[in-house]
Amino acid sequence: MRVVPRSRNIEAVLLIFAVGLNAFELAQIQLSTIEILTTEVFFYWLPLSFMALVIHMVLRRRASEADPLILPIGVVLNGLGLSMIYRLDLATLANGGTDLFAGRQVAWTVVAMAAAAAVIIYVPSHLFLRRYVYVSMVIGIALLLAPSLPLIGRTINGARLWIGIGPFTFQPGELAKIALTIFFAGYLVNRRESLAVVGRKILGVRIPRARELGPIVMIWAASLMVLVLQRDLGTSLLYFGIFIVLVYTATGRSIYVIVGMGMFLTGALVASRLMDYVSGRFDSWLNPFSAENYDAVGGSYQLAQGIFGMAHGGLLGTGLGGGIPQLVPLAESDFIIAAIAEELGLIGVFAVLILYLLLVARGIRIGFTHSDDFSKLLATGLAFSIALQCFIVIGGVTRVVPLTGLTTPLLAAGGSSLLANWIIIGLLLRISDSSGSGNKSVGA
Amino acid sequence: MNRELKRVSILIIAMFLSLFLSSTAIQVIGAESYNADQRNVRSVYDSYKTQRGAILVDGQPIADSEKSDDVYQYLRTYKSSMYSGVTGFYSFYQGATGLESAMNGYLSGQNSSQFFEQISALLSGNPIQGASIELTIDPVVQKAAWDALGTMTGAVVAIDPKTGNILAMVSKPGFDANKLAVHNGEESTANYQALLDNKKSPLLNRASSELYAPGSVFKIVVSTAAIESGQFTPESTLPNPTKFTLPGTTTYVQNSGEGKCGGKPTVSIADALRLSCNVPFAQLGIALGQDRIRAQAELFGFGKSVKFPMNSTASVYPTGMDEAQTALSAFGQFDVRVTPLQMAMVSMAVANKGVLMKPNLIENVQSSNLSVIDQPQPSVFSQAMSAETAAKVNKMMVDAVATGVSGNGGIEGIDVAGKTGTAQNGDGEPYTLWFTGFAPADNPRVAVAVVIADGGGKGQNGRGNSLAAPVARKVMQAVLRK
Repeated sequence: MRVVPRSRNIEAVLLIFAVGLNAFELAQIQLSTIEILTTEVFFYWLPLSFMALVIHMVLRRRASEADPLILPIGVVLNGLGLSMIYRLDLATLANGGTDLFAGRQVAWTVVAMAAAAAVIIYVPSHLFLRRYVYVSMVIGIALLLAPSLPLIGRTINGARLWIGIGPFTFQPGELAKIALTIFFAGYLVNRRESLAVVGRKILGVRIPRARELGPIVMIWAASLMVLVLQRDLGTSLLYFGIFIVLVYTATGRSIYVIVGMGMFLTGALVASRLMDYVSGRFDSWLNPFSAENYDAVGGSYQLAQGIFGMAHGGLLGTGLGGGIPQLVPLAESDFIIAAIAEELGLIGVFAVLILYLLLVARGIRIGFTHSDDFSKLLATGLAFSIALQCFIVIGGVTRVVPLTGLTTPLLAAGGSSLLANWIIIGLLLRISDSSGSGNKSVGA
Repeated sequence: MNRELKRVSILIIAMFLSLFLSSTAIQVIGAESYNADQRNVRSVYDSYKTQRGAILVDGQPIADSEKSDDVYQYLRTYKSSMYSGVTGFYSFYQGATGLESAMNGYLSGQNSSQFFEQISALLSGNPIQGASIELTIDPVVQKAAWDALGTMTGAVVAIDPKTGNILAMVSKPGFDANKLAVHNGEESTANYQALLDNKKSPLLNRASSELYAPGSVFKIVVSTAAIESGQFTPESTLPNPTKFTLPGTTTYVQNSGEGKCGGKPTVSIADALRLSCNVPFAQLGIALGQDRIRAQAELFGFGKSVKFPMNSTASVYPTGMDEAQTALSAFGQFDVRVTPLQMAMVSMAVANKGVLMKPNLIENVQSSNLSVIDQPQPSVFSQAMSAETAAKVNKMMVDAVATGVSGNGGIEGIDVAGKTGTAQNGDGEPYTLWFTGFAPADNPRVAVAVVIADGGGKGQNGRGNSLAAPVARKVMQAVLRK
């Protein structure tokens, strides 16, 4: 007889709550906007709930010791995003628009969650991926550079982050993030000894040898290339940030962080001088409400409108369906946090931030408890990628940092982002299964 | 590695802490100023979720909220600038004035008398509807007053002296309140600025907010004070020189147009009013003293703001004057300042046997289900004089129109009581032209005050009788349907 670990039952209870919350959101949206409940609710509710059940069953069979919080948090965030996108679609329809996102988001949710299930099934153990470190590097770099290629590369909203075949577009950088994190983790585990050995002391600081700095310079150059070729500061910062944090975690040498951040800031500052769009972003960040920036094409209009929306929501929000989040351009993707802030208020934003923080914390916890160094680094890198992406996007909307074109993990409309983040969830679940205290035999 | 992970955790917590702080800064600390930003249309949208009540004249809306097809649910619309002085405007960006401000509680549905509607709106989830306000204004009279003023800058107030109901209230030039109610903040602000920059101040409700030198119309107040004192009757005579040197000065007062005021050595108070002589009134003012004149003026409403329901500007009879200044004040010069509404109240009191009714613009307030939730009843403002005095002053004012210098206020076949005024505003400045009176004199149905600013465009050549009196006549004719 199989013994079901307690964590799966906790997960089941939390999942019931998560999908129930999603049903409530969708019903609330229909009642407050079109003032009638229709069966359309099921179209948006069932696929997510069904896929949550699928992953839950897969975990019961294949990774029964996996962390019980990660999947429910993913479902709540995905569900809230889906509800918000549906709500924005209803506003678009009411205004006679035809550019809808929720249907596609449902389809991508199914694909992404299926991918997460596949990861749990086909990645049999946390050690499996270590065999593919250099394959990951090749895949990562290929994905990263794909949008720069002629024919398939696409420029959307000024950033060249997409590839397109026919009407179908995809942001490969999201998947590159995972491949590169796997590569970073594997590479650093192999090299941590030599990286930790430092060279001469200059001015009391031990400076790494040039040989060890080589890869760091390479990644730095690649990040800047992303910035220049694909015109996106956020993506470039994301890759570089994940890398630096992993280098630090692996070696314990803060000099890498200092040198790395210095290099990145220098590169970004030079770029801001040389490239109009970067300096424009800086201007808009510092003075979003000046008439000049507000009225400029590609200026701070979107940022200012997002802030207006958030302010309109205030502490408690207007309630789902009660605000006018559609006034903000790209409310369904880059600015979905502003839409949530408007309708669910500061309380809603805090809830979302706490969910992210909890998700990240579960990932970092794996890093703390896992016995295998590769898994420690991989879990840390993946968790940190979510944290950093949240910081860059939400920080961009709330003026902590300049606005860039990243998507809010799991919430925002966009297939590539959903797919990548659900794969991350799949990986975290897989690694967490083997991070426990060694009572693996119980589930056998 | 765990030491490093702890530090990474601290970094992550710091990153999220910055997001907690930044969102709090926007949604709580800065929310008020962001919501007030003119480019933030959401606040406008909110204020237009309520269907604001209509302002009605004779059942027809002069200000209304119409369904709009943009993000705001309702657009405030105004039918005619003829009513701009009364309605004022309602604009998210520029605020509200006039009735839109004074009656905002009812119009927006937030008045406590709409409590049950508020509860039912809360329970049903439907937005609350504002109450409608029916005015006492007679559209025929309003139109007559508006047309009679023509292109002149000025104001007309016509009131039923028996009830205090305001029949017409016109301020010229008016303005198109629609231009301020537009949902586009920049457009609204540009239009508002243009109105502010306009030298003729169209945004002003001259009828109740602007103070003018009254000139000879103030003689009604002084005549009343004289008769009420018991020391004088309309027949009491005063010395009648052509020039009167003000006490303690070398300045002298003359009758208008260097007139002789009948040409006899003495003149009665009645004749002095009829012929609008300054010299006898200067002496009468000194004889009465400023305190008695002020006491009478205050019975007419001077020194008080009247809530009708907008708040009028209080008219001024100065304090601490010397004899020369008192003499000047007796024919409405020096620092005496009045609103047209105040002068209409003087005529109202005379017309209504000394009982001054409180001016009122509101016929009733109707909730969205058409039940009347407020209906102001006529109320007495003051007993301004005895009925006997009122009868005497009434007769004097009838004579002023019938055989005196206020003749252009007269209507064929009806006794009209009235008095003109032509106030000086300093060297070279255009005169302020006046007429106030009532009709019919024996059973008054309307009291009227007309002011024409800037000399009616004629500098110092216009006279109250030539420009203001005909306007008043047309307004009275409109009330009497003659």
